[in-house]
Amino acid sequence: MSKQVKQLDRVIIRFAGDSGDGMQLTGDRFTQESAAFGNDLVTLPNFPAEIRAPQGTIPGVSSFQVHFADHDILTPGDAPDVLVAMNPAALKANIGDLPKGATVIVDTHDFTTRNLAKAGYESNPLEELDAESGGDQGPLAGFSVHPVDLTGMTVEAVKEFGLSRKDAARAKNMFALGLLSWLYGRPIEPTQAFLSRRFARVADIRDANLAALSAGWNFGETTETFVVQYEVKPAPMAAGTYRNITGNLALAYGLVAAGVQSDLPVFLGSYPITPASDILHELSKHKAFGVTTFQAEDEIAGIGSAIGAAYGGALGVTTTSGPGVALKSEAIGLAVMTELPLVVVDVQRGGPSTGLPTKTEQADLLQAMFGRNGEAPVPIVAPQSPGDCFDAALEAARIAVTYRTPVMLLSDGYLANGSEPWHVPEVADLPRIEADFATAPAEGETFEPYARDEETLARPWAPPGTKGLEHRIGGLEKADRTGNISYDPANHEKMVRLRQAKVDGIAASLPPLAVDDPGREDGEGARVLVLGWGSTYGPIGAAVRRVRRAGGKVAQVHLRHLNPFPNDLGEILKSYDKVLVPEMNLGQLALLVRGRYLVDAVGYNQVNGMPIKAAELAEAITALVEGTEKEDVQ
Amino acid sequence: MTATDLGLPSLRGTEGVPTLAEGETLTGKDFSSDQEVRWCPGCGDYAVLKAVQGFLPDLGLRRENIVFISGIGCSSRFPYYLDTYGMHSIHGRAPSIATGLATSRQDLSVWVVTGDGDALSIGGNHLIHALRRNVNMTILLFNNRIYGLTKGQYSPTSEAGKITKSTPMGSVDHPFNPVSLALGAEASFVARTIDSDRKHLTSVLAAAAAHRGTSLVEIYQNCPIFNDGAFDAIKDRDTKEHALIPLEHGQPIVFGGGTKGLVRAAHGGVEVAEIGDGDGQVSLEQVLVHDAHQPDPTTAFAISRLTDAGYLNRSPIGIFRQVDRPVYDDQARAQVATATAAATGDRSDRLAALLGGGDTWTVV
Repeated sequence: MSKQVKQLDRVIIRFAGDSGDGMQLTGDRFTQESAAFGNDLVTLPNFPAEIRAPQGTIPGVSSFQVHFADHDILTPGDAPDVLVAMNPAALKANIGDLPKGATVIVDTHDFTTRNLAKAGYESNPLEELDAESGGDQGPLAGFSVHPVDLTGMTVEAVKEFGLSRKDAARAKNMFALGLLSWLYGRPIEPTQAFLSRRFARVADIRDANLAALSAGWNFGETTETFVVQYEVKPAPMAAGTYRNITGNLALAYGLVAAGVQSDLPVFLGSYPITPASDILHELSKHKAFGVTTFQAEDEIAGIGSAIGAAYGGALGVTTTSGPGVALKSEAIGLAVMTELPLVVVDVQRGGPSTGLPTKTEQADLLQAMFGRNGEAPVPIVAPQSPGDCFDAALEAARIAVTYRTPVMLLSDGYLANGSEPWHVPEVADLPRIEADFATAPAEGETFEPYARDEETLARPWAPPGTKGLEHRIGGLEKADRTGNISYDPANHEKMVRLRQAKVDGIAASLPPLAVDDPGREDGEGARVLVLGWGSTYGPIGAAVRRVRRAGGKVAQVHLRHLNPFPNDLGEILKSYDKVLVPEMNLGQLALLVRGRYLVDAVGYNQVNGMPIKAAELAEAITALVEGTEKEDVQ
Repeated sequence: MTATDLGLPSLRGTEGVPTLAEGETLTGKDFSSDQEVRWCPGCGDYAVLKAVQGFLPDLGLRRENIVFISGIGCSSRFPYYLDTYGMHSIHGRAPSIATGLATSRQDLSVWVVTGDGDALSIGGNHLIHALRRNVNMTILLFNNRIYGLTKGQYSPTSEAGKITKSTPMGSVDHPFNPVSLALGAEASFVARTIDSDRKHLTSVLAAAAAHRGTSLVEIYQNCPIFNDGAFDAIKDRDTKEHALIPLEHGQPIVFGGGTKGLVRAAHGGVEVAEIGDGDGQVSLEQVLVHDAHQPDPTTAFAISRLTDAGYLNRSPIGIFRQVDRPVYDDQARAQVATATAAATGDRSDRLAALLGGGDTWTVV
């Protein structure tokens, strides 16, 4: 049966089910297939903090959204075009995010009275669509609904393998993947290869998953439920090798690369915490690159061991999330005082306290900036997309090693778990990082552990083992040059200012900011600037495009360095009438910018644990652009 | 979940740490830094510093490969006074810093200097985990049973009922016995010594330094300002014979000038018995022979319980336990070495292969 093929430029699909239903894997495989096909894409996994929340309930729903397109896209999309709901709770939890007319594919198998009640449905929403109920009634009215017994058909398809009914039904996610792969013309060969690898040792499970995948594809091809097949053509991309990558993986690779590019062994001291643990897992696989991972007894020992390793001449790293940074604060201060290189990775999540462990937020900026006793300046670097976590990690390591300072690398939950196609860099193009260890003093000279490089103000890095460089460091105030304990008032003032000047001086090593303002060179520039940092890059970029498509003029600047700010930021901010700062917090960058530059920055703030939606942000930008024009008229 | 057999340690003592060249020697003076020592007059720390400075040359190790790391407290000033590498870190965290340093550098002799507050209160977690992992380091725990640097509050080893600035009606805290705690954490080397007995101190330090893995040495140390006399019973010439129970591997545990010994108790522990022929007395043959190398720490723990928890009138000293156990940092380095040896090609090529691995596609 040949079916109609309809061209689309982009599609947003959300897979939703119970947290044990394998929705993250399903979404990830669909993403890999789309990546292999050549679409641009952005993903948004969303799962509960509980490993197995009560089955069939709303809190137990796990979802994975993938946005793929035939052109360059920046966000996982505001509202799904297609929802795949594996049970009533998944339907109930997600249907509200869909626009009317969207496609809903429902596994009918679990629509029992008991499961409907668990999800909070008083009646079966599928039955309300039936003719005898008057047709197209109830919560699913207005949607294009496809009720399919995914579980039943899966069990039927895999019965030859003699699995228990429970194990057989678990392959339903692969059936769903097969169906969706057919519907959008995705190649399933990568997934077939993946399943063969993953279940190599359990033949019956492997064969059942492969059979379910094929059965799903074949069902799409033969059933009359789906009359149209869709096609989203590959997106034009710069020549090169690509792979799909999550932020945590890219960040881990960036740290491995930093070790190679600096010829330093990497030492990670870490305590498991969501959403940062994947970096520990990944780095523990790369011992062949001289990477040592130490799972410490707590967050403090994580950073303590990294400081010890840094003193010993390794690239010390500690990875955590916001609550862990709070525990590490005193030790970060020690690294500031001892002026040792250290990378502190904070994969931010919803706070305060335990907060929302699996959701995203950008509310640790001020903690990174100020969360220590005393004047303890720490450089801050933030990646803007999953793939960019690689470059940001290298940059954090460069600053740490060059300036002998702890550096905060602020990722977040969305970057950590979200993915995008990543243009694999050439190793030859990666920056070199020079450790430049201290060497033994000449005859008759004395080593000064707190003497400074004229340009960077960095002190010597003198790991134990070199004769003539024996010295003692510590948390007490240091005398300038000698590093001896000093309580002298003038010395303390001098050292506080020196440490600040060293961090401020990093700005001299930064490239000029990229100002995205198409008319600026011709004197037709925008009057409104949108300033962002971190993972809001995608939503801000998408919103700015929307505004421009509608004829509005708006400029965009995105910060990689939050401390120190780039030297040209002040001038850029002052050249615009209005500055809008969208953030997933209550205005932390806005506070810093206002304090530093006396600019009347306006916040656009959202703290709901989810990425900012481009459409809503575009409205806010448009309102500001139009408001500025009205002021002119008045 | 599965487990793999990691094998037993193959390195011994201070293997891996560079030694002095043939004919080269160091003296205690070589280990004295140019910093003025600023402990209170009469502080037990002076004696320990002198003993350590005097003993370090005996190790035969290069001075630049010795590192002392401390936390916070009076004793934690120690590294400033030694002309080795050193770090005076933050409160309680020295074992974690030493763990990172020892794990990343096989060629260093790593020492931790800490006190009863630093190691057992704020840093208790790091201490027990360092001991359980058995990281190559020697921990000198200066126990003066008081907080000195903060001027006289009770510590986690102070006796119950102790009247201090923060406990005017007497402390209601129950104290830790550091040796019992270390044995409970399955430390592979646990010893106790006294600041004023330089000979004993030096012999215990020598054994601790030669031990591969974590060595914990509790040093009874007098604070003349805030807890003077805490150890008088075991230091006083008239009483110490009956207060100190010396432990020597392979020897019957006798004290009191040969009049007392340790025997197995009916309740399963260890108790003191009088040696002799009289009623209720035991023969020398019945006295427990100390076996520091016994893998089962039960008897060592029982002996450690003979220490008074209140005012100190009796305490065993010496090496309670010294056993071979897998060493964390040796094994961690071995895993890195094994993985590195198995990898072929230079690091840049391997990095390119890693970055370009997984499911990739090419745009032309």
